[in-house]
Amino acid sequence: MEYTLIPLLPFAAFLILGLFGHWIKDKAHLVAVPAVVVSLILSVLAFLQVAGGHQTTMPLYTWLTSGDLRISLGISIDRLTVAMLILVTTVSSLVHIYTIGYMQGEKGYARFFAYIALFTFSMLMLVMADNFLQLFVFWEAVGLCSYLLIGHWYERPSACAAATKAFVVNRVGDFGFMLGLLLVWYSFGSLEYRHVFAQAADFAGETINLLRPFGGTWEVSTLTLIGLLLFTGAVGKSAQVPLHVWLPDAMEGPTPISALIHAATMVTAGVFMVARLHPLYNLSPMAMDVVAVTGALTMVLGATIALTQTDIKRVVAYSTVSQLGYMMMACGLGAYAAGIYHLLTHGAFKALLFLGCGSVIIALHHEQDMRHMGGLKDKLPVTYWTFVIGSLALAGFPLTAGFFSKDELLVSAWSSGSLGQVLTVFGLLTALMTAFYSFRLVFVTFWGTYRGGTHGHSHGQGHGGAHDIHEPSPTVTVPLIVLAMLSVAAGYFGIFEFLAPALPGPAAHEVGAHHGPAATIIMILATLMGLTGIAAAYYVYVKSPGLPDRFAQQWQRLYRLSLNKWFVDEAYDRTVVRPTFALADQLWRRVDVAVIDGAVNGVARAVAWSGWLMRLFQSGQTQHYALGMTLGAVVILGVYLLF
Amino acid sequence: MSDVILQTGGFPWLTTIVFLPLAGALLLMLVNKAAHHTIRWIALAVSIFDLVLSLPLWSLFDPATSRMQFVEHVAWITSPPITYSVGVDGISLPLLLLTTFLTPFCILCSWRAIETRVKEFMAVLLIMETAMLGVFVALDFVLFYIFWEAMLIPMYLLIGVWGGPNRLYAAVKFFLYTLVGSVLLLVAILVLFFQGGQTFDILLLSRVEYAPALQNWLFWAFFAAFAVKVPMWPFHTWLPDAHVEAPTAGSVLLASVLLKMGAYGFLRFSLPMLPDATAAFTPIMVTLSLIAIIYGAYMALAQADLKKLIAYSSVSHMGFVTLGIFVLNAQGIEGAILQMVNHGITTGALFLCVGAIYERTHSRMITDNTGLANPMPRYATVLVIFTLSSLGLPGTNSFVGEFLVLAGTFFWSKWIAAIASLGIILAAAYLLWMLQRVVFGVPNAAHAAHLHDLNLREMATMIPLVVLVFWIGFFPNPLLTKMHASVNALIEHVDTEELEVAQTTDSSHGARGTGLESRLAARGSRLAAKVVAP
Repeated sequence: MEYTLIPLLPFAAFLILGLFGHWIKDKAHLVAVPAVVVSLILSVLAFLQVAGGHQTTMPLYTWLTSGDLRISLGISIDRLTVAMLILVTTVSSLVHIYTIGYMQGEKGYARFFAYIALFTFSMLMLVMADNFLQLFVFWEAVGLCSYLLIGHWYERPSACAAATKAFVVNRVGDFGFMLGLLLVWYSFGSLEYRHVFAQAADFAGETINLLRPFGGTWEVSTLTLIGLLLFTGAVGKSAQVPLHVWLPDAMEGPTPISALIHAATMVTAGVFMVARLHPLYNLSPMAMDVVAVTGALTMVLGATIALTQTDIKRVVAYSTVSQLGYMMMACGLGAYAAGIYHLLTHGAFKALLFLGCGSVIIALHHEQDMRHMGGLKDKLPVTYWTFVIGSLALAGFPLTAGFFSKDELLVSAWSSGSLGQVLTVFGLLTALMTAFYSFRLVFVTFWGTYRGGTHGHSHGQGHGGAHDIHEPSPTVTVPLIVLAMLSVAAGYFGIFEFLAPALPGPAAHEVGAHHGPAATIIMILATLMGLTGIAAAYYVYVKSPGLPDRFAQQWQRLYRLSLNKWFVDEAYDRTVVRPTFALADQLWRRVDVAVIDGAVNGVARAVAWSGWLMRLFQSGQTQHYALGMTLGAVVILGVYLLF
Repeated sequence: MSDVILQTGGFPWLTTIVFLPLAGALLLMLVNKAAHHTIRWIALAVSIFDLVLSLPLWSLFDPATSRMQFVEHVAWITSPPITYSVGVDGISLPLLLLTTFLTPFCILCSWRAIETRVKEFMAVLLIMETAMLGVFVALDFVLFYIFWEAMLIPMYLLIGVWGGPNRLYAAVKFFLYTLVGSVLLLVAILVLFFQGGQTFDILLLSRVEYAPALQNWLFWAFFAAFAVKVPMWPFHTWLPDAHVEAPTAGSVLLASVLLKMGAYGFLRFSLPMLPDATAAFTPIMVTLSLIAIIYGAYMALAQADLKKLIAYSSVSHMGFVTLGIFVLNAQGIEGAILQMVNHGITTGALFLCVGAIYERTHSRMITDNTGLANPMPRYATVLVIFTLSSLGLPGTNSFVGEFLVLAGTFFWSKWIAAIASLGIILAAAYLLWMLQRVVFGVPNAAHAAHLHDLNLREMATMIPLVVLVFWIGFFPNPLLTKMHASVNALIEHVDTEELEVAQTTDSSHGARGTGLESRLAARGSRLAAKVVAP
């Protein structure tokens, strides 16, 4: 019973705020915050029960039946679920509290709380799902919340465009997810996890001939196809290459949303899905390799772009893309527990970094360009110190949670096989870049002297000089402090040991090499990469501030590539977006109006014309009839005479 | 007869429900034509009373049987033997309720929009309701045809008298287009009469086996009538014109109910009477459905007029309905019926939304109606909800229907299901792009003064539809349960008729593996027969 309350409390809050928000207005937090906090407490209780060895699956109600298809909504509680429950409710509670300060006095205050409560409900139902369709339903539901919240400031065209883009790009991923789900049902006759997982091994050798309707032969392993199709959904949701383009634009939404949805929880749903479905992936080495390589690509690409961005939220957003790549790579290599471990610690420190960005942004009256910041560490001490802790965790600095999870991830990756060893090298290189860009952010934003105010009020959202910059209210700073503590403490809870038994990798490789010399070397290397990155950022941005511009001049091409995000958006615009609209327009004008409707009107005109023709002969004037008769007689006579 | 109908006896439910609106229309004739308010209230009261009368059917309906229920059977003309016989089963019941449910909203949305010839308008609406209900309950082919044709006249008047500037072109196009199809239907009915044992009884005619060659001819004659109504590609071009010119109530009825007639025709006549031809032409029908889904979506993407956008989205959505029907399995057909109801609710609601904004700005152009979220928050909320329903968001009604259709299609062919799923991506694109322009952003300065939010009457038309959107989204099972018996009987009927055909026709689905084969066999559908056959 108390398990059902975990998602239902936020849902109740959503209903109340959605229906009566008009009257509740600026008291909205009094509804939403208690609901989510109680949800958190219940999640902790659930965690304790599961830690005590309790696991359960319970159906809620029969959702739909048709033929032999029968789907219930239900909830399942196990180790993976409770870990996610704690993450979601913790970050959600803190973000709810933070929002009180951040969105104070905003017009859409109640609406905002309604949506984040709805999001929390959907995300909790997603992680508690016991079947594929429920996973899909709430997968799209969190996407909806993301859409609504990105577009929260709907009067900004950029925010609306970003919201639409996020939804449509995710739909592209969900297209694959839907087909994967149908293939699961087609093959296994069920969409419930436990039935599917129980039968999975029997399907290891099954293949599907994809070209059968065309008379060809292309046998593909059923499980691989399922794995790849479902992974398409994860690529969209977790912003993996090539569907990562929506996530940075999603930063148009208010910052609490970036922290909750676009860093800590929703975007990790793809990683969660792969881990949740590990019994299927474990049976398909090929699907796993695709997952791992996609993750690694995303990891590198995100980091290279984060190096040059100047909008503080975008730096953190690309960092999120990169870190999601780490997690996905780990899952693809069979190190599910390490991937989820990193997901959890990342949830804490990345939420911290985003909320820190938000704190800076409100202190500077909605300035987001770090070139107009600097010297904030004395003015915003709490923000600064918590931000440094978050950055240290992100950079994998020893003894922070990020250090432990990244180390676990890289060691597991290395020990998974030859592909894993290659990807580990990239993982280490990315760790270097990660440390560099995160401390670039710290130094440029908080160190040096304040560079704001020099460009006056030309930006519209003008801000005063350095004197009126002050730390926001405690509802903003307290969540920062809590998250900072978690960003360190999460490394000492034994999360990995808790998850590892529930998320075994493929039988082929035993992840037991954690204590060999290789593990030690990777740990040392990872630490060195982190420290080098921080030192390099210090040297470049504090010691010799002219250096970045010189680098940019020297490697102009590379710099442009990174600054323009590898031109992926431009490529999509030219190859997909514009051709689609052009095709639609041409089809409409040239086919629908001209050909099809033209034919319809043509028939009508032909009928009318023949009617008119006939009418000529029916003029009612005797001389016309006489003429006709004469002409007819002449013709007949002529024919008769000639032949 | 007793094995196909279930005599309920007692109160003549269906006759009362069907003819009450007609009686209401006659009553209106007695009212002074200047008393607009009285006329509106009478019409509303009649339609609501009809809705209330139809609700008991929901609970009295026995979902355990596929037989016709609430049957009334009265000899009408002895030679030829035409009877007045009506009844409903799990296929027609949801559509009947959809019709009685939507008519009051059509009257409410015309409250202020129609100021000329109010009496005639309301009478026409009520006559229209009788005709539509009659189509869904008729069990005699002549009776069916009378209602079917009777529907055209009120619709023609709605567009031609109360329509927009280009109304005559649209009305004539609509009328002639559907009439041409209907004429062939009449021919088919007469052929069936002579080949099927000198009867017009639909249930009896459905049990006769017709020669394959005859079935093929009849199939295309039916197709002419039904495909135009759906409308299937490429017979869809009357739809955008009719919608654009029709008054809001006309658009709602057109989209919500009239388009369902074609799909209902396929289910009621083509499948049961012509199973061999249906099986033989399934690939063509599926192809046309797929084209409709994708092509309709592309068309919607290119529109600048809100009504045209929604009209083309209807073409796309109805493509899912015909796709579901012709994959001939439980998920497909139940999904199709559910999708008919869903499309009726959602698209009807979207037309109500367009009507509401047209009353304010007198423009249906997207560029004239922008940034409505700020001045009209209630309007923006309902529009967003109906749009999300239209794009098949889980938790709303349309998702369930589309999912079932896709599931049924997937069993028929994975590639076809994949192509159909593309329509869902495109739907998100054209609908969200519409929202981005209409709801968000900044209002068009020229119209800003007229943008007052929905009033109580308008909210009353929207709220019940919003409730239904979510109710069916979260609890579709009560509705699906009503269909199971009828749909299963229909599929079994089609199966037994075409088992011998199945051996020779295509088997485009690549089912493999022993586990799968036994599972398919256990499905007991025609697919099983096909797969197990070498």
